Amino acid sequence: MRAPNAFATAIFLSLLAAAVPAKAQVPMTEGIQIGLSTDNVSITAGFSGADLTIFGSLENPDPLVARQGRYDVIVVLEGPPKPVVVRRKDRVLGVWINLDSETFENVPVSYSVATTRPLQDITEPNSYKQLSLGASNLYMQPADPGDSPATIEEFTAALRERKSATGLYSENVGGVQFLSQNLFRATVRLAPNVPVGTHKARAFLFKSGLFIKESSAQLEIRKSGFEQSIFRVAHNYSFLYGVFAISLAMLTGWLGRLIFRRD
Amino acid sequence: MGIYLPIAEISVNVFVLLAMGAAVGFLSGMFGVGGGFLITPLLIFYNIPPAIAVATGANQVIASSVSGVLSHMKRGTLDFKLGGVLLAGGIIGSTAGIYVFAFLRRLGQLDLFISLLYVVLLGTVGGLMLVESVNALRATRSGAAPVLKKSGQHNWIHRLPLKMRFRASKLFVSVIPVLGLGAGIGFLSSIMGVGGGFIMVPALIYLLKVPTNVVIGTSLFQIIFTSAYTTLVHATTNQTVDVVLAFLLMAGGVAGAQYGAKAGQRLRGEQLRALLAVLVLAVAIRLAIGLFVTPPNLYSLSAAGLN
Repeated sequence: MRAPNAFATAIFLSLLAAAVPAKAQVPMTEGIQIGLSTDNVSITAGFSGADLTIFGSLENPDPLVARQGRYDVIVVLEGPPKPVVVRRKDRVLGVWINLDSETFENVPVSYSVATTRPLQDITEPNSYKQLSLGASNLYMQPADPGDSPATIEEFTAALRERKSATGLYSENVGGVQFLSQNLFRATVRLAPNVPVGTHKARAFLFKSGLFIKESSAQLEIRKSGFEQSIFRVAHNYSFLYGVFAISLAMLTGWLGRLIFRRD
Repeated sequence: MGIYLPIAEISVNVFVLLAMGAAVGFLSGMFGVGGGFLITPLLIFYNIPPAIAVATGANQVIASSVSGVLSHMKRGTLDFKLGGVLLAGGIIGSTAGIYVFAFLRRLGQLDLFISLLYVVLLGTVGGLMLVESVNALRATRSGAAPVLKKSGQHNWIHRLPLKMRFRASKLFVSVIPVLGLGAGIGFLSSIMGVGGGFIMVPALIYLLKVPTNVVIGTSLFQIIFTSAYTTLVHATTNQTVDVVLAFLLMAGGVAGAQYGAKAGQRLRGEQLRALLAVLVLAVAIRLAIGLFVTPPNLYSLSAAGLN
């Protein structure tokens, strides 16, 4: 039941020399690669959050630009998309009641960002919008586009706020560090309530504020252990599970009387 | 020691749950009630999602009821026939309750509805019990003999058709109010996660005039099966029964109940009822405050398409 504290995932560097043989005379465009040493991570029951380390490399970096620190990398670990209902409580006769609600399609359950520098220092707000990059720029698609823009905006903001408050949307400024001219290491936060499913790791490369390239990899997050088996049984064999829960209760009641009997 | 609850999907402290189970078990043993009406609100106060607190509460109630019924069976204070008719009503009520439960959950009004039902029911029952027991306490203090209800006394309920004889309870009464009572309790069981003993017991005594000695055993007997049915239906339609959570509560509960029953024998009936009334009212007030206090977060998220 001990929580693993960190998962180190390493990559196999696609070394530039080997990867790009002949075209040396043309100025190369930069590229970015990330790779995960494993394509699935199992978290146990007592999981209390962890840092996930992703290694990556730049391809054909311009040494001058690299020395001046004008390369920036943003790494995102995006959870599986799910529909979400956002509800707002309002006061009715003094009692707080869920009144208005807005449903959004395909909202990533989690969204952890790691960056080399604060987001606003890397590039323009507009290019974040175009890339739909960063928790505040993610496009949340309302299920009913007919609702008034003000309402949609309000509930979108609330959705982001709730997600960050529960740690599912997080930002780790300085979480991407260059270890050498080509090699970088990104640390993204996995919340204790990180959802299971297929997560997508994406790395974005910027050069002097311009978006250059993106690379992605998939990561399966699974829960393992006794508790997860119970969860699976409860969902897949719910009738048997119910019968088991009842039998357990009856047995406990009967044993309890045998053991602790006081009359 | 922390433990991860597989269905509630949160980490909780094992000892807190065992202690919660033991404390409620102690009280339930002392007062002869199932304790579901205390467990479910306590779980909600402990941040367990209400839907899971309710379904798991129903599961937990089975254990404490089995434990109680066994001792009543030994003493022969159980009317199986009356219990059976109550149960038939209970199944109908519980089925209806499950649908209402799933419907409210889709609407996002389940939490509110559960709290409201608790406040209204606990407030009413607690208030009535407090008044009644305080009056009884005063009467005994002033030396007046308590007014005993005559068993021959009849009310409108006894004029209903479809009469049936219940030998163990020395009762000849229409099945309509018995089925109705069972259905009402079954409904509450599936929506509130309670056994319903705190309503069933006074209703059997005051409305149906069932002799007090068979009331608790019979009520517990039918509660076992109504809760079992509720548990099964919650498990299959909502997947909200958390066996790990239920087991921790039961383990603490059955132990506590036996000690509670012993302690209960040393207190007088009116004192016992006054104490229980205060407890019930306290839970109702705490839940009522929760309805009126401005929540820390006005917005909440939930998975869409939940059935």
